Formats: sequence, structure tokens, C-alpha cells
Amino acid sequence: MDPFSSLETLRSGLDSGEFSSVELAKHYLARINKYNPQLNCFITIPEAEALQQATKADALIAKGNSGVLCGLPMALKDIFLTRGILTTCGSRMLENFIAPYNSTVAEKLAGSGMVCLGKTNMDEFAMGSSNENSHYGAVRNPWNTEYVPGGSSGGSAAAVSAALVPVAAGTDTGGSIRQPAAFCGISGIKPTYGRVSRYGMVAFASSLDQGGAFGRCVQDVALLLSGMGGHDPRDSTSADHDMQDIHALATGDDKGFTLGNKKITIGLPKEYLENLDGAQLQAVYETARNIFETQGVQFREVSLPHTSVAVPTYYVIAGAEASTNLSRYDGVRYGYRCKDPQNLEDLYVRSRTEGFGDEVKRRILTGTYTLSVGYYDAYYVKAQKVRRLIANDFSEVFKDVDLLMTPTTPSHAFKLGQLTKDPVEMYQQDIFTTPASLAGLPCLSVPCGTINGLPLGLQLIAPHFEEALLLKTGYLFQQHSDWHTQYPEPGAL
Amino acid sequence: MIIELEELKNLGRLAKIELDSRAQNRAATDLNNIMQMIAQMQSVDTSNTNPMENPLDAIQRLRLDEVSESDHRDEFQALSEHTRDGLYTVPRVIE
Amino acid sequence: MAWEVVIGLEIHVQLATRSKIFSGASTRFGEAPNTQACAVDLALPGVLPVLNEQAISHALTFGLAIGAELGKRSSFDRKNYFYPDLPKGYQITQFAHPIVGRGAIELVLEDGEQLTVGITRAHLEEDAGKSLHENMHGLTGIDLNRAGTPLLEIVSEPDMRNAKQAVAYFQKIHALVKYLRICDGNLNEGSMRCDANVSIRKPGEKKLGVRTEIKNLNSFRFLEKAINFEIGRQTEVLENGGSLQQATLLYDADKNETRPMRSKETSEDYRYFPDPDLLPVLISQEIIDTLKSRLPELPEARRQRFEKMPGLSSYDAARLSEDPDIADYFEAVVEQSKLTKLSANWVMGELSALLNRLDLPIEKAPVSAQQLGQLVARISDNTISGNIAKQIFEDLANNPNVAVHIDDIIESQNLGQLNDKNALNDIVEQVIDDNPVQAQQYRDGKIKILAYLVGQVMKQSQGKANPKEVSALLLTKLGSL
Repeated sequence: MDPFSSLETLRSGLDSGEFSSVELAKHYLARINKYNPQLNCFITIPEAEALQQATKADALIAKGNSGVLCGLPMALKDIFLTRGILTTCGSRMLENFIAPYNSTVAEKLAGSGMVCLGKTNMDEFAMGSSNENSHYGAVRNPWNTEYVPGGSSGGSAAAVSAALVPVAAGTDTGGSIRQPAAFCGISGIKPTYGRVSRYGMVAFASSLDQGGAFGRCVQDVALLLSGMGGHDPRDSTSADHDMQDIHALATGDDKGFTLGNKKITIGLPKEYLENLDGAQLQAVYETARNIFETQGVQFREVSLPHTSVAVPTYYVIAGAEASTNLSRYDGVRYGYRCKDPQNLEDLYVRSRTEGFGDEVKRRILTGTYTLSVGYYDAYYVKAQKVRRLIANDFSEVFKDVDLLMTPTTPSHAFKLGQLTKDPVEMYQQDIFTTPASLAGLPCLSVPCGTINGLPLGLQLIAPHFEEALLLKTGYLFQQHSDWHTQYPEPGAL
Repeated sequence: MIIELEELKNLGRLAKIELDSRAQNRAATDLNNIMQMIAQMQSVDTSNTNPMENPLDAIQRLRLDEVSESDHRDEFQALSEHTRDGLYTVPRVIE
Repeated sequence: MAWEVVIGLEIHVQLATRSKIFSGASTRFGEAPNTQACAVDLALPGVLPVLNEQAISHALTFGLAIGAELGKRSSFDRKNYFYPDLPKGYQITQFAHPIVGRGAIELVLEDGEQLTVGITRAHLEEDAGKSLHENMHGLTGIDLNRAGTPLLEIVSEPDMRNAKQAVAYFQKIHALVKYLRICDGNLNEGSMRCDANVSIRKPGEKKLGVRTEIKNLNSFRFLEKAINFEIGRQTEVLENGGSLQQATLLYDADKNETRPMRSKETSEDYRYFPDPDLLPVLISQEIIDTLKSRLPELPEARRQRFEKMPGLSSYDAARLSEDPDIADYFEAVVEQSKLTKLSANWVMGELSALLNRLDLPIEKAPVSAQQLGQLVARISDNTISGNIAKQIFEDLANNPNVAVHIDDIIESQNLGQLNDKNALNDIVEQVIDDNPVQAQQYRDGKIKILAYLVGQVMKQSQGKANPKEVSALLLTKLGSL
């Protein structure tokens, strides 16, 4: 069987009895065991549990009462709690944390019969754009192992890219699905804020965190998302918005993905193009535009005037929320606890200082600063106001266009160690992804070319809850391009 | 310098994070670079803008007052080596 | 020199909900440690708060009862600090937009003086867990069962001028929240705790003096003693030319003194900000109207109604209306007996003594209000004597049986008063015959001996005779001989 198959192909293989779910799981587990030592995509590979789940799925398939996801393998970013299985969030703080309950995402996917083959590596507490901030070592880009896979969901993206799993779940706070999807040459969706429950997903920045899906093609992404999303009463910020249109896409045939007679107009935000680095990237972007234009899609230049302040705004809000979300890691009830604390203060300070990595500490300290007395209004409240202006920019342009198209990142993947010296330069990598995060908008990144043998991504941004339109447009693009069918040279692995 | 060393120490006290002197210098440089980047935000006129706390401007749903949880103490306390008679233990706290 | 004392109170009221404010764990008191601390209460990674509707209703009910401004849009903030009984490292509270705004409470003090205490605000927040230090071998133990219990923090204006006023205010709030059924009012289980802000200043001075905050007072008596101690201490410092420092204090009841809390030595920067895991709560006019229509009669209205009942003194009315459960019981007794004063006497006398003796709350009274009403009615219509009534009451207290009707007890045990004239006549004649010496003494003018003869008749009748009738009959018989 071809590990680069789409879920649809794997589905028919399972349904026709060509292979069982157990065989499928073993097939991918063998690839994981073979390639993971080089790529470091996985922190935990729960083989026994996976084979158990696959056995159960096979029984359901045999009975004929299985759903579309039943028996298909996937991986979960190690930010999703999985009952009875180590959940580290990429941190030393949680190096022994066997989750005592299931995240809603893990529960839903397990409930649909999917088989979790592993917990993927990530930047510690999802803070990073390169996956170099993991306590469990950096993940490498399957296209060229000298390069980063992007972050923070780098393990999930690299695993899908190298076909160690067909699909994987990730999370995106300021670009953590889209940027690694772009760097690894796969498709990734960050849905509307509130689409996917945050319950049991370790919090980084509560008002921005959103679970989403990676796959090689848009249909796979839609299928996984349909299994993850939906209203959850355990998350107060979960959107009470039905998933019908996404389910319809995921479970219907490919005709469901066609836009039909709908004429769509895509906006090109000029502020993003100004930041494009180099002629090669512009050429890639032009090619993408041409593909759409030949399909009758109209383009219009639009303006999102507050784009340039999105990164600072994002870092204030995310840092502030993170600084207090991470206060619970105090060494008292679970997680890393320092040896022989002299007193309570020592217990707190050493457990946190030893348990957190540098980037996490930097963000906690920045967040503590921007929330402290005397600075709160100048930073946090100011950032929330700018956030509204950024969101208003989007609402304005969505009066005129259906979607926006931008590059996902300012360049292709960078080399390991290239940006680790300067956090600000690293933060600037998020320039195209943070604005839509602040506005809570759904975004899709699809592969749109390569430079120097490294993939690039095209970002499509839609109004709230327009994931179906986003996925259909992404599908249209993939119908007329083949970057999503390319994969790393086997020799590179 | 936006954040002086003394301020950084105070932030460490609030956040319960201690940096040794080398880490402190590096952190001071990084934090100041970050704050400089963040300062760009100040140029935006927000005089007529309300803060946005939630990207959907959504409203809180309420839960019925029902007990839905049962005792899982043993499972939860398996996550800690520092319990005694069902209590979590910490070095003695004097109030 | 005379000083003016200025006191403001922050009262923490545990709201009577089945589950916690942000989780589905039970709020029951006294369970084994950490058996009621769920994943949310323990602040495990990934958990999220969901707001309990009952906590909102209870808070609004309180706001309506004190005529407060109610926030149309209320929200929750995080108060950040590290402490082992605070698992998230922040407390979810309401800082910027409390659910209950400005209101006021009217007090009538012992001397009849009236006092209005302004309520600045009341806001919802979550309670912390408990730290235990005893038998921990040099460690501190943390029990998080209480963590997440809903609290309403009621903040008063600095309107009180002495400890007695502060106690009267605390008592008034105590009665009010019990009346509203939003708190069980159980002080010894910590259902209500109070922080007192105390300062002194020269009379006429507008500016407040340096204040100290005495934390966690959980009884009326301790509140009074702690404030008085603190007034004395502050006065002494200032009169010796010293200066006061703002401080957070604990009251040590054993030593009757206040001392600074060690854990609060450094002034904290709490970094309040809106909790991004919770969204703003909108309070509709519809909810407010519904809650308003469900407001029970408030203590003051009830006291006034009781005062108008036949035979009840203002003292009776005040005492009977203090606690809603006692007032309800009393009204149920009256409904049965149709007698106000005698019912009041029994509730405040025998019943109250019995409950004290057994250390029971009135909800668990071994004699039901219906039974006490029946008993009072039978005393009043002379079916039984007061002594027999007490005997029935005691028997019921020892062997409770709320199902039984008092008339059945009277009948089955043949306890009815001996109202049969002939039978009584026989006993009286027999007693005179059996006691010729005493009968003669009476006739010779030793009138006091009559009591002895009455006693003999009562004894012969096994207490069922009506003593008034007995003495009347004796007088007739002795005189007529």
C-alpha cells in the first residue's frame, strides 16, 4: 500500500477488505519507527494502544456500522490530553504527565474510530515558529533535514509530510498550523476560533488557541476537521455553530467540493505583498493567482491597514494570556517538582525555573510585564484595542471579497539554528499568520510551489465560519496544481 | 532600556522564575528587543476603539447547577509523589 | 484624646449551590480531602471553566434584596498570585464589572438607633482550598475540596463607627442571605467569613487614617473582639507618637490579639485582567423580573408582620423573625394552633431549649411544627394540662415520630384532663377523708396547706386533673363541711 495515499483511498481499502485497520496501523508504525529517529516527529508512540484501537475499528468495520473515519490512522500534537498516555506539551514540566482525562478532540476522534499512532513533537507549550523549542529535541524538515519544519505543530506537519501518518491534528495560536504546513509542503487548516473545542488542549493563549488539521490534500484536511470540530459545553468559548457544511464536504463525494456556479472574488491585501521577499517568491505567488484566474476567480487588491502592527499586538496578547495560563505549573499537584525544596518559595521558583525552557520563560516574563500595574493600559488594553482595529480591517474587506489570499510565510523554511539567537527576528516569521489569528478567522494553507527544493504555502483567509468555502477554494486550487501530490525525495529521508 | 535589571528581577519574583546572572543579561536584552518591537503598536490611534477580548465577541453560556463529577482522587494523586492521607503536601507554610 | 473609628467589612458568603461555580464537582462540606476536587478544581492542564447559572441567580437575588444597581453586562477577571491552595495560580473573580453594584442596608441597633450601611459592590468569585498544618510533620497539607465553591464578596462602605455596629451589620447580612436561601449561614463551617478594615482618625478629619485589614473572621464574637483589639492597638501606637502601617492581619482568638500575616508580607501586584476562558455574562431584564417575582419576604417585613400578631411583643417579633427557619416553624405552629402568644412562648421556650440541648438546627427538630401546634391547641382548650403537655413534648423529643397526631397520643395514653365532675368529686372527697389532719389545719386557718391537698389530688388523678378546678372544688368541700 502507498503510504502517501489519501484518506479516501485508505477508506476504500479498509471497506473492500484489501487491508485491515491493524495492518494499516502496522504499516505506518513501521514507517514511524524507521524515520522518526531522523525526523524526531514523535514524542510518544503508543503502539499497544494503537493496535488495540485498530482491532476495535476492524470489528466495527466487519459489522458494517463504522463511520467514514473508522480505522484510519492519525497523530495528535502532544498538546492534546490523551487519557493514560504521556502528554508532555513539549516541556520538561510535563515529562511524566500521564493524562488522567481525554481532551475533547482526542475523545471525538477516538469515538469516530480513528487510530492514534502517536503524540507529535512541538515547541514547548506551543511557543515557537521552528520547533527548536522542544524539550524533546528539534524536529527536522523531511524535505531537507538541515531545515526546520516550522512550529509550533512541527511534529504533526513533518509526520504528515513524510507519510508517517496520513493526517494529524495540530493547534494554531499565531500560525502554528499554517506555517509548518507551508514549510513541509502539506495542507493545513486553522478553523474559526471556537470551532474546535479547547477542552483538554493545553492552553497557551486562550483567546487565540485553536485546534486544526493537517493532511496532504484539502479533502483529507476536511475529513479530519469534521471529526474534531463541533460545539462543546465544556469550553465556554466553543462556538455554538453547527458543522453541517463541513460534514457534508467530508462525507459527500468530491462533487461536494466544487464551487458550482458561485463566482468568487479573492482579495489581495497590498500590505502583505509589500513584505514579500524576493522575485522568486513573487513569481510563485503570481503562478497561484494565474491558476485561480484561469478558473474564473476574480481578484481585487484590498487594504488591511493595521497589518504591520499585528505581530506586536499578537505578542502582547499571547504573552499576557500565557503568563497566567502557565501559573498552574507550580510543582504542587503534578508536573516537574524540584529536588528538596527548602521552602514553598524555593519549590515554586526552582520547579518553574528548571521545568520551563528559555522561550517559555521569556514569554512569561513579557506577559507578566505587560499585565503589571502601571503598564496594563499601555500594553494589554492597547493591544486589545488594536486587535479590534485589525479585526475591523478584515470585516471591511469581506464586504467586497469572499476570501483573501496571501503567502503563508515570508520565505521558505530556514535552517536549524538560523534564527534562534534573535527572538524578535523569529517572531517576524509570523507576520502573515498573526493578523487572521487576532481576528479569529479560518485560514487554510496549501502548497503552492518550491524554491531551492523547499515548499511554500499559499494562505487563504475566509470570514468567520466559512470553512466550507475555504476548503472548496483550496480544492479548486489543488484540482489545477500538483504541489500537494509532491513529497520529499525518499533519499532525503 | 525599557525594562531595567531591577524590574526584571521583580518580574521574576511575580512569575516565580529565577534567572542566574548570565541568563539575566540575555533575558534583559531579549525582553528589551521584544518590548521595542511591541512599541510599534503605540503609534496606532485607538481613541475611539473598544478592547476586543474575544474574537467572536461571544456571550457566556451558563451551566445548570448539577453535580456531574465523581471522586477520582486516586487517579489524580497518582500524578504526584507528594501526597499524604489524601492531601497534597508542600513545605510548611506559616501564615 | 478621642478618636473616630472607621470600619468597613468585606463579607464572603458561600453561595448555596450543589456544584461549584466553574465545575461540576460537589460543594458538600466535610467530605474526605480532595475527593470533591475534579480536574477543573485541580487546574489540570487543558481544563476550562464553565459558569454555574445558580451562582448568577443567587448573586442577583442578593442585589435585588438590597436594592442595588445590577450590572447588565458582568465579567470575570483573573487575580494572579501563587499560593498552594490556589491551584491555577490565579483566582477567578470580578474586578472591573461586578454583578452587583451600589446598594444599602438599613440597621436598627440595640439602642433603637438607625444606621444605613452603604454596599459598594458585591461580586462573584471562587473560594480557595484549605491549608492544613496539624499532624503534617513539618509540611503543609492541601485539601482542594473547597476550591471553586462560589463566593459572593459583599464589600461595604466604611460606614461603621464601632465594633457593635460592625457586628450588627454582619448579623444583618447573615439573616438576609439565609432568608434569601442563597447561603446556609453556617458560620462554624465557614459558610460566611469576614475581613474587617479598621482605621482611626481625629474627629472632623475627612481623610481616612492608615487602615489595617483583619482577615478571615468567622464569628460575630471574634469580629467584635478583633476590631476592639485593633482599635486599642492603633490608638496606642498613635498616642505614643508612632505611625501605623497598612497591613494584613490575622486575629488570634486564643491570645485575643492581631498579628501580621506572614504570607502577605510583600505587597502583591495581582495583574488583574479579563479571563479569556470566560465570556461576558449578559443579565436580561427578563431574568431580573423573574428573580424579583421569586424574592421571599425579607426579615424586616416579617418582623413587622409578627409585631402585629396578637400578644407578641417587639422582642418576640424580633427573635422569631431572626432566622427564616425559626420564623417558618413558628408560623406553621400558629397555623395549626391559631394561637400566637402561646405558640411563641413554646417556640422560644421549650423548643429552643430542646434544640440547644440536642445541638440541632430547627430543620431537624424532633417535634414537628404541626405537632407543637396541636399540643398548644390542646393546652388552650383545656384538653391537657401544661404539665402533661411538657411530658408529651419530652416523650416526643426522646422518641421522635412526626407522623403521629397529638390527639392520638392523648387518647391512647389517656392523658386528657379529668373534666368529669363526678370522678373529680370522688377523688377530692377521698383525699379529704384520707388527710383529716391537714383538712382540719386548713379549716383552722392554715391556708397554705391547700397546696398540699391539691398536690394529693393531682397525684391521685395522675396529673390529669385541672389544678384550678381542683382547688376550687377543695375550697367548696372544705368550706361546706
